[in-house]
Amino acid sequence: MPPETPHPLEPDLARQQRLLAARATHWRRTRRLTFVLMALWLATGFCTVFFARELSRVTIFGWPLSFYMAAQGASLICLAIIGVYAWRMRRYDRDLARTMADGTRVAGGVAHGAAK
Amino acid sequence: MNRQNRYFRRLSGYYAWFCVCFAGFLLALTVLENEGMPRLWIGHLFMFATIALYATIGVVSRTSNVTEYYVAGRRVPAMFNGMATAADWISAASFISLAGGLYLSGFDALAYIMGWTGGYCLVALLIAPYLRKFAQYTIPDYLAVRYGGGAGGRGGPVRALAVGATIIVSFIYVVAQIYAVGLIASRFTGVDFSVGIFLGLASILVCSFLGGMRGITWTQVAQYIIILVAFLIPTMWLSAKHADNPLPQVAYGSVLPKLAQREAQLALDPREHEVRARFQKEADVYKERLAALPASWEQGKVEAQRRLDTARLRNLSLADVRSAERALAAYPKTADDADTLWREQRARLLARAQPPQPHAAPFAGATEAESNARRNNFLALVFCLMFGTAALPHILMRSYTTPSVHETRVSVFWTLFFILLIYLSIPALAVLAKYDIYTSLVGSDFSSLPTWISYWGNIDKVNPLIQVTDINRDGLVQLAEIAIDGDVLVLATPEIGGLPYVISGLVAAGGLAAALSTADGLLLAISNALSHDIYYKIVDPGASTQKRVTISKLLLLAVAFIAAYAASQKPADILSLVGAAFSLAASALFPPLVLGVFWKRANHAGAIAGMVSGFLVCLYYMLRVHPMLGGRMDAAWFDIAPMSAGIFGVPAGMLAVVVASLLTAPPARGSDALVDYIRAPE
Repeated sequence: MPPETPHPLEPDLARQQRLLAARATHWRRTRRLTFVLMALWLATGFCTVFFARELSRVTIFGWPLSFYMAAQGASLICLAIIGVYAWRMRRYDRDLARTMADGTRVAGGVAHGAAK
Repeated sequence: MNRQNRYFRRLSGYYAWFCVCFAGFLLALTVLENEGMPRLWIGHLFMFATIALYATIGVVSRTSNVTEYYVAGRRVPAMFNGMATAADWISAASFISLAGGLYLSGFDALAYIMGWTGGYCLVALLIAPYLRKFAQYTIPDYLAVRYGGGAGGRGGPVRALAVGATIIVSFIYVVAQIYAVGLIASRFTGVDFSVGIFLGLASILVCSFLGGMRGITWTQVAQYIIILVAFLIPTMWLSAKHADNPLPQVAYGSVLPKLAQREAQLALDPREHEVRARFQKEADVYKERLAALPASWEQGKVEAQRRLDTARLRNLSLADVRSAERALAAYPKTADDADTLWREQRARLLARAQPPQPHAAPFAGATEAESNARRNNFLALVFCLMFGTAALPHILMRSYTTPSVHETRVSVFWTLFFILLIYLSIPALAVLAKYDIYTSLVGSDFSSLPTWISYWGNIDKVNPLIQVTDINRDGLVQLAEIAIDGDVLVLATPEIGGLPYVISGLVAAGGLAAALSTADGLLLAISNALSHDIYYKIVDPGASTQKRVTISKLLLLAVAFIAAYAASQKPADILSLVGAAFSLAASALFPPLVLGVFWKRANHAGAIAGMVSGFLVCLYYMLRVHPMLGGRMDAAWFDIAPMSAGIFGVPAGMLAVVVASLLTAPPARGSDALVDYIRAPE
């Protein structure tokens, strides 16, 4: 039996609840990731500008740090944030797909055994 | 997956061929230039060859299928979608004016770099994947379905408001792009400004009219490649020249300290002091005349009249009489006019009387408070540009075109990657060009000025792009004697660096590509909003797909001509509002877009209240403060410039969504299910 097909005897309600719980977990993880990355984004942008005068005394490879951050650093951090987001979300999406497939198979097996 | 891979490989093959042909074209022109082909021909060839290229791509990808026309069949691979979005994004302003802005204002102009890249975090994390999951055609579509309400719960009012915001924002923006097309065409090919506009329009129309989103996507990829090559070649050349390293993004760090040293030297130079003192004196004359208004105005008028009379009586040369006539004609008509005009002139003179500001120093100001005000304005501008980016319909629309939600996320990554290839070199170009001008032009002899100065100085007689006048008559160029318009920097970089004219033609083609690609996307956003959201969803829901596409094409034609007509009038007020488009977009569209995904309780009333109050607060602040709209800077809140009105508009919009939603009944159950659906992965 292919794992995607639900067992005919499995109660529809339980299956639906499991599905909802898995989705809720996925959304919770998405939200947490979004929140963390947005906080990082805000911190980079805000600190670069707000403390620019203080940071300009520090120099790296010729650039005053504040100039470097505003011209390149902040943008590169944004690129990294978007990259991390795409990568993590792909994993969350796959996790969810696997949980749902597993859940169906396990549940199907149990129900099958009970029927015997 | 396999089919997608094959498609991706086929596309890569096409564009590899395109790159090879383009390189061949450049080589051929270089050879021809060496053989003595005139400059004007090179300009013409570049302009017509690229426009023909875009038209060909448009013809090849013509379509009348609804999904192909509106969202390119939802099968554009992430990387190509990223390239197309980057071309959509890099407007004439980024390509031509941004480096000049950095040259003129140093650190403070970095707000544009930060804002225009940081906004993609908001797009990627808060909006794009959810729009793709929703999988319809336009931004108003999403808002209308999410918030419902109106007759039959179809979300008519929300849709109409979103369409209104889309059109206002995109129209202001598209007029500026078409205006830039006219400028570039007329500067490089010598055709008339309006002829340039209509030439550009022809190419815009062929690809968007025939192919819709599909046509412009494939054109934009080609345009991105041209933009990239056109920007990087001269910048890398300058970088190799001044830093011995052809990677400008890395190399200019070593030029910055040298530039700072030169700036400090020029600030103390006695000859510079002399020139600046002259400007200060002239400014002081205006100050006295301003203080003595209106008597000084009358006196000045009498004097101008008398000068003309004496010129005529004494039979001076015709040129003298003409200049006296012009002076009288240009003399302010009333004392009030004199007040504004003289204030402007005094400000201009005062600006030139200032010593050069250190390029890398943030928020230079005479006092702590002034410096803080500049910091706050920088923050506000970054905020508005970021949130505006995340609410511009022609950018968001592109998230519908990828094959899956995951591809959309990756596509935003590619978008920012491709944008950064150019944006990271813009500050580099500004520093390198500044160093070049400060070291080789300043201090040189007036008798041996480089030819590019006279060439670019004569191209626009009314507002010269660059002007070098020997004010203290010592025969040497002082920094304070150079008046430079930011736009000339990128256009003249090849000549500043001593490259052949072919590269100048290439840069012009790049500027043209930047303006055309953005105009393409914007026109499509406007005509889709009109045809899909107004015509199909509100006026005639029973229309056949064939009819919908036809209507859309006709509307595109109409909008394009209206925009071109508006641009050909050279509307100063619209052009000064382009920056404001970001604030308007952010205030009107951002709150309902984001809260629609992240807050289930947001309802129909909240969305309407949010859009209306965000937009109105933003508009009110601009009218209150923007001098072009009759406001005064004295009325500003916290010294924030009118362009950054979104800093008040976005919170107002957010607040209005929350308050109005909580005061009214929760949304219908259908909207809960919809939100769950768009949050869930595929």
